[in-house]
Amino acid sequence: MTIPAPDDAAVVIQGLRKVFGSRVAVEGLELSIRRGEVFGLLGPNGSGKTTTIRMLCGLMAPTSGTATVVGHDVIKEPEQIRRKIGYMSQRFGLYDDLTVAENIRFYGSIYGLRGAARRERTAELLHDLGLEPRAGQLAGELSGGWKQRLALACATAHRPAMLFLDEPTAGVDPASRRLFWHWIYALAQQGTTILVTTHYMDEAERCQRLAFLSRGHLIAVGTVAEVLAQFGQPSIEDVFIELQRRDEGAAV
Amino acid sequence: MRLWPMLWKELVQLRRDRFTLAMMLGIPAIQLVLFGYAIQTEVRHLATVVLDESRTPESRRLIEVLRNTGNFDIVEQVRSRGELADRIEAGRASAGLVIPPRFMRDIERGGTGQAQIIVDAADPLASSAALSGAALAGSARAAELSGGHRPRLEMRVRPWYNPGLRSAVYIVPGIIGVLLSLTLVLITSMSIVRERERGTLEQLIVTPIDKTSLILGKILPFLLIGYVQISVILILGRLLFQVPMLGSLALLYLLSFAFIIASLALGLLMSTLVRSQVQAMQLSFLFLLPNILLSGFMFPREAMPAPAQWIGAALPLTYFLRILRGVLLKNVGLDHLWREGLILVAFATVLVALSVVRFQKTIE
Repeated sequence: MTIPAPDDAAVVIQGLRKVFGSRVAVEGLELSIRRGEVFGLLGPNGSGKTTTIRMLCGLMAPTSGTATVVGHDVIKEPEQIRRKIGYMSQRFGLYDDLTVAENIRFYGSIYGLRGAARRERTAELLHDLGLEPRAGQLAGELSGGWKQRLALACATAHRPAMLFLDEPTAGVDPASRRLFWHWIYALAQQGTTILVTTHYMDEAERCQRLAFLSRGHLIAVGTVAEVLAQFGQPSIEDVFIELQRRDEGAAV
Repeated sequence: MRLWPMLWKELVQLRRDRFTLAMMLGIPAIQLVLFGYAIQTEVRHLATVVLDESRTPESRRLIEVLRNTGNFDIVEQVRSRGELADRIEAGRASAGLVIPPRFMRDIERGGTGQAQIIVDAADPLASSAALSGAALAGSARAAELSGGHRPRLEMRVRPWYNPGLRSAVYIVPGIIGVLLSLTLVLITSMSIVRERERGTLEQLIVTPIDKTSLILGKILPFLLIGYVQISVILILGRLLFQVPMLGSLALLYLLSFAFIIASLALGLLMSTLVRSQVQAMQLSFLFLLPNILLSGFMFPREAMPAPAQWIGAALPLTYFLRILRGVLLKNVGLDHLWREGLILVAFATVLVALSVVRFQKTIE
């Protein structure tokens, strides 16, 4: 297991815990993510992935424990974090009744872009993500793949230092998924740290490092090869199935 | 501050939301017509039977005077008190006029001619309106008759501001306030919950947008809607019910500002308390009830027990009604309305501040 030095870390999580009523969603999470890394957070439904991401983005207050994201404390400086991160929620969260270009324009200006700078950035995003032919279309009329491109455009309008992607490719066709990962790697090469959750095992294998969550607990972390060795399984998919089996066994 | 982007977004959405726009303009028009025509507390054309035992020019003159008030329709001349009672009992008539045999004689001798109006008072609202109409007509006739002679004591009732005692004149300015309370509170109470339900709020609050911009961005576009609604009701009230506009419209629009903002902010405050659009709608309608009953819109606050008056005093509408009626019906100026204006500004400030404080950029 490799633990990055603190000054090299985009995310440092220490003893993070989240309780909803009597249900423990995340328990004693310890994790570090390096700058510029593509980091995969995996686990069955209800394992605490989304809760973890939401705590890191300042959308939920941790019950206890601490975390810093891009150098800022999630409890004390959530607004500093919000300026430097981009976030794609599990569910499409953009405005159906605004056009593609209007959504990008809105998020650009919310992130502080004005005038010519915003127009240039909007044009650049439309071009880079191939959204130009759809610029005038209402977001609500787009299919899954196009919506995902638009969401990525809005989340990266301000060139964030870190990007949180919560199941970004759910319900998206294989061609769009491949294209999406192409952009993710392009962003990582420019130095953007990426934290992504996914259910697709081929996507998990594209991540530089992985963490497996099960019932709120971190049970494995490392490169694909390290995780495979730890579980003695031939593929990430097998690790996943093994985990789900253990979870269900524990639930009985 | 990121107010402008938020305003821009809300305005673009509002322009595309034809249904809400139509509702915002259609609701005031429909409600105005419903309220304006249905809440007519003055009673016109009350079916009336006449027992004229005097059968003189003077008695016929009195019948004519009453008929001319428009409150009474003479449907039958009856021959006895028994017949008169029978007609009212059977519901064929709601009022009876009795002129005794010595009516003319009394007047000619310089005494007081007496006539009697009997009213079916099962509906007190209708009967009191009829009674006051008759009393007015009677005293007017008495004044004519007395000529130069002065009666020793005379109580003259002179209704100011609304000499015809027409209820539409009183009701329509109030409708502006009631409708604004309902639609503006409803609109904003739903708008944040709608974003929560659609998942767009999560994406929005993960940005560095400040709470003040978010709240004001949700409020200010609807200020426009509020002013459009006021104008629609004023114009229709003028065309359909001949509601007078004696005072300064500029003053009315100025003072409306604080009321509209207060209503919108109240809606936002509600939206921080509810979880769904349905709950928001229910809460808005719950809020409507005290506004209709306790603000002085339908019933005079002076007649209410103290606790009801206290609740009324906590409603912005109570003060806005005074402004509306004062400006429209009495041409009252800022010198008499500044207190109401200040109270509304205080409501608006506190409610906006509260909704900013209560709104949390989290999704728990």
